Amino acid sequence: MDIIFEGLKQALSLLISFDPEVMGITWLSLKVSGTATLISLFIGIGIGTAVALTSFPGRQIVVGLINTGMGLPPVVVGLFVTIFLWRNGPFGALEILYTPLAIIIAQSIIATPIVMGITLAAMQQLPRKLRLQILALGATRFQMVWLLIKEAKLSLMAAVMAGFGGVISEVGASIMVGGNIKGYTRVLTTATVMETSKGNFDVAIALSVILLLFAFAINMVLTRVQQRERPR
Amino acid sequence: MTVNEPRTPILQGENIQVQRGGKRVLDVSSLKIVPGEILSVIGPNGAGKTTLLQALSQLIRLGQGNIYFQGKKIGADMPPLEYRRCLAMVFQEALLFDTTVYANVASGLKIRGVKSSEIVSLVNTRLQQFGIEHLRDRSAKTLSGGEAQRTSLARAFAIEPQLLFLDEPFAALDPPTREALLEDLNRILRTSGTTAIMATHDQVEALRLSDRIAVMNEGRIVQIGPPAEVMNHPVDEFVASFVGMETIFEGKVLNCERGTTTIAVSRSAYPATADAPPTSMTNSPSSMAEASGLDVGALIIEVAGQAKAGEQILCCIRPEHVTLSPGVRADRSSARNAFPTVIARISPAGAFYKVHLNGGFPLVAYVTVQSIEDLDLRVGTIVTASFKATAVHMIRRG
Repeated sequence: MDIIFEGLKQALSLLISFDPEVMGITWLSLKVSGTATLISLFIGIGIGTAVALTSFPGRQIVVGLINTGMGLPPVVVGLFVTIFLWRNGPFGALEILYTPLAIIIAQSIIATPIVMGITLAAMQQLPRKLRLQILALGATRFQMVWLLIKEAKLSLMAAVMAGFGGVISEVGASIMVGGNIKGYTRVLTTATVMETSKGNFDVAIALSVILLLFAFAINMVLTRVQQRERPR
Repeated sequence: MTVNEPRTPILQGENIQVQRGGKRVLDVSSLKIVPGEILSVIGPNGAGKTTLLQALSQLIRLGQGNIYFQGKKIGADMPPLEYRRCLAMVFQEALLFDTTVYANVASGLKIRGVKSSEIVSLVNTRLQQFGIEHLRDRSAKTLSGGEAQRTSLARAFAIEPQLLFLDEPFAALDPPTREALLEDLNRILRTSGTTAIMATHDQVEALRLSDRIAVMNEGRIVQIGPPAEVMNHPVDEFVASFVGMETIFEGKVLNCERGTTTIAVSRSAYPATADAPPTSMTNSPSSMAEASGLDVGALIIEVAGQAKAGEQILCCIRPEHVTLSPGVRADRSSARNAFPTVIARISPAGAFYKVHLNGGFPLVAYVTVQSIEDLDLRVGTIVTASFKATAVHMIRRG
């Protein structure tokens, strides 16, 4: 129990003192995971909406793949991103392995199916005739899709939370493609793993608390927005 | 309005076909709607009413055929989007957006890029017209069924459509709400002169709103015409049955004199039941029937209209045209057919009771609750059923 209290004390002192290293790690975590979430929203909502609104041969297989992707293991993503970005790999010439960009790519791959799956479910839950109603109101195809996305906004907010929650808390891919380089690719989760392995439980707990606080704060903001929009 | 004047159709469909899953679900060779007309499309579930509306409004892809709006061919002379911006559609479900009533009514105008300052006055007018101005800032999700449908109608009228499609707009509403909304819609449609096409399975709605009625079955329009013509002169057994001619039986024309046709109805076509009145009680001049090769117990009815001797005829009678009187009466005349019948079943039918009679052929009559009590009508009671010769509609077989 002492270790926990010590850790909490340490977390508080690191936060109050704005410890530069911790702040740097936290800022990088937010930047990387935030960017990955934005990318996943762009791709996930786009493809999720397209799959929900169209019918084509093999659609069921595509939906099955998206649903499977929602549970994509981060280490598998990490492995394949590493292989692709490895010096001799297909994208080795880009020389981005062990950079924050590599972590963004890996985290985007993890979050995209989550956002896509939730978008797909949200769009399919809307009344089928709503599309026809919107078109009958004189909407272009683009206006129709935009209005449908707006109608599904409460569910899509859940997609944002799930996507961000999935990537801010993952460690496998980040450590594999980022390398946990101090001051460069070290994020909250990879730092926590390293400090734990070194036996520095107080620092590890401090980092975990910061991670939890951030996850909670961001989700609270999104939850407030979502609940404000909820019909009463 | 008068629909007899030759006018350029506002909407015209030619050879419209829609396939679904390899099956043809819509096949309409020609349909013309003139400006200001209100056309009701009636038919049973799965008849193709909704598909017709969606095809005419270009919300679904046609397998074949062309739609013309004000003489312009959609897709060739007029882009589909431009056409869709001339129409509005109201569905059975209100399909409102998850926002306020005001924003919902304004949505069509916003889509068209109308300025906010103009939107305010246009929306307020419609909110007032449909009696929902007090709901202006309410969330659409909190509205009752009637309020939601009023909002949906206000949204449709806000864009001042030249064509309004109504797909069973009252089907999900309770009777008093439906009644009030039907009244308002009728008034607004008439005052605005909006051309409307409404799909419904409710004949009362169709009768109250329409200038013409189209009856659909299996994707085809089987009859189209003014309400009185469709209701009283159905072209076939399906239409007759659908428009409420509950008594339909087959007969053979014996002769036709001075506009009155005498028809023999073979009792053998309708299996004898224990509750049928004895042949001796029924109206069966055996010599005439025998001469036409029918069994001795054939019933003779007289019908206003022309037919050739020997023709097979379907006789259709609306239940409200059959009157009942107690006991057996012999006041038959050329203008009135009267038969002793036995009450086989009595079932409630809204404000009336539906009385199923067996007079050697099945006959259905509507009576009021008061009549049930006054005449002491019960299952097994013998009554005289009568109907005028003009009440029978003849459909030629084959």
